[in-house]
Amino acid sequence: MLDVAIRHRLGAFDLAAGFTAAGGVTALFGRSGSGKTTLVNAIAGLLRPDAGRIVIGGVPVFDGAARLFVPKHRRRIGYVFQDARLFPHLNVRQNLAYGRWFAPRGAGDGIGFDAVVEMLGIGHLLARRPAGLSGGETQRVAIGRALLSRPKLLLMDEPLAALDDARKAEILPFLERLRDATTVPVVYVSHSLAEVARLATRVVVMEAGRVVAEGTVGDVLARPGLGARAGRAEAGTLLVASVLSHDAAHGLTTVDSPAGRLIVPGVAGRPGAAVRLHVPARDVMIATGPAPEGLSALNILPGTVAEIGAAAGGSVEVRIACGSGFLLSRVTQFSASRLGLAPGLAVHAIVKSVALAE
Amino acid sequence: MDFLTLTEEERSALLLSLRVSTVATLASLPAGILVAYLLARGRFHGRALLNILVHLPLVLPPVVTGFVLLILFGRRGPIGAFLAEHFGLVFSFRWTGAALAAAVMGFPLMVRAIRLSIEAVDRRIEAAAGTLGASRIAVFLTITLPLILPGILAGAVLGFAKAMGEFGATITFVSNIPGETRTLPAAIYTFTQVPGGDWNAMRLTIISVVVSVAALAISEWLARRVARRIEAG
Repeated sequence: MLDVAIRHRLGAFDLAAGFTAAGGVTALFGRSGSGKTTLVNAIAGLLRPDAGRIVIGGVPVFDGAARLFVPKHRRRIGYVFQDARLFPHLNVRQNLAYGRWFAPRGAGDGIGFDAVVEMLGIGHLLARRPAGLSGGETQRVAIGRALLSRPKLLLMDEPLAALDDARKAEILPFLERLRDATTVPVVYVSHSLAEVARLATRVVVMEAGRVVAEGTVGDVLARPGLGARAGRAEAGTLLVASVLSHDAAHGLTTVDSPAGRLIVPGVAGRPGAAVRLHVPARDVMIATGPAPEGLSALNILPGTVAEIGAAAGGSVEVRIACGSGFLLSRVTQFSASRLGLAPGLAVHAIVKSVALAE
Repeated sequence: MDFLTLTEEERSALLLSLRVSTVATLASLPAGILVAYLLARGRFHGRALLNILVHLPLVLPPVVTGFVLLILFGRRGPIGAFLAEHFGLVFSFRWTGAALAAAVMGFPLMVRAIRLSIEAVDRRIEAAAGTLGASRIAVFLTITLPLILPGILAGAVLGFAKAMGEFGATITFVSNIPGETRTLPAAIYTFTQVPGGDWNAMRLTIISVVVSVAALAISEWLARRVARRIEAG
């Protein structure tokens, strides 16, 4: 659906990146200044790259060699900006209808006005003007406006970055609904691992203008060293698990994950429901030898060391193959050498904490 | 009551000034918006030259502007002859000439106000409209134009006020013909040249002040209404 490969120089910054995105949410992940927004602006036609090629839905919109550049208003891209950019002189209803006005009539009507209003919960705002909306409301209207222009591709550039945690929590469920309700492919730019873990189906990791990793969300997030790339210590493993049973008395849920059976605090989903779990790498300990006993940790999973990442700041990230999945663990360099960790070594992963990703 | 009743001469000058100023303002407004847009956004050769050309009437002595208009738009002037022949549009010694002179003199003020408001428009909002499928012209009509409406109003009022007061270029270009080109300032000037005309000059001066203040008040009110529409929740 989307195929990008471009090169663009901006002063000393050199962007040479490419990726493909099909249906679902593709997260462009990386720290500030890694070139995510530049790449997205090139896709939208807000800037003209020096060279390369961009194809949306089988139609080339940029081709440096063929001197092809389709202007932004003919690319049919819904762009949700970090700063929303609602039209201040129009009310919410007019803002929402703006894109539809210019969209070609007839075939592929896509999602309807009422459906979008209902999905985003903005029915009570229609008569208001943007200046009177809260940050969360503004961003929801911006998402609706982009969606209603009948886009072939939805670009979201850190739509939650300008909001506080409470507002983020308010919008995330709407984004999940959006992901599950629409067939429009979404490119979601973010530097927040939590957002990516919760929303994305695929992840493209960028660093200094280059794509350094690309794959499914579970696969990419389990790779050692991602925490450093995100510029913060929140690397971990994302597991898509299904609920087995609840223990209401102790407030626990037992789930089946690719890495094995886990007991998770909190009660969520009915049996059989899919949930996303996040296991922080710093909360996974490694034990060699027989299964450790007498520990307070509830989740102890057998596995083998699959990969040991490069050392950073005195610690290393170790990928452990458990069941049919992986767990990422961060241990000190000292521990790694003391335990003699090496690929193929049988170990036990002791999961100190695991949380539902939300 | 005699005090409030205008003489035929006074009424003629007032109505002529209002007509000349209104026509001058409305006719030059589209060009003013276009030039302001070019100066604010355009990247072309000769932009600096256009800027100087637009501002010339502001810095030149009005007599000089009037004389240049006479040379260009007079009956035998290159532009004047062309317009008279092909469109039947005659400027010299007509009220239309007074309107032209007023428009030219007010143009820099009008362009300046509109240009400032265009430069204040958030271009990121225009880019957002572009991604939603609006062409450049559509973006201008649906986003830029409504957002700069207060600036356009301000520019129009400045142009109108300048036109109401325009004297030097007008009298040089189209002379001082009662009922045709004798606007309020020209009438005031004429009265001051006649013995015992001071009283009439004073009455016309008061009328001038009232018209100018009214124009200013109306524009303030309109601008505030527009601003409230944009900012209100």
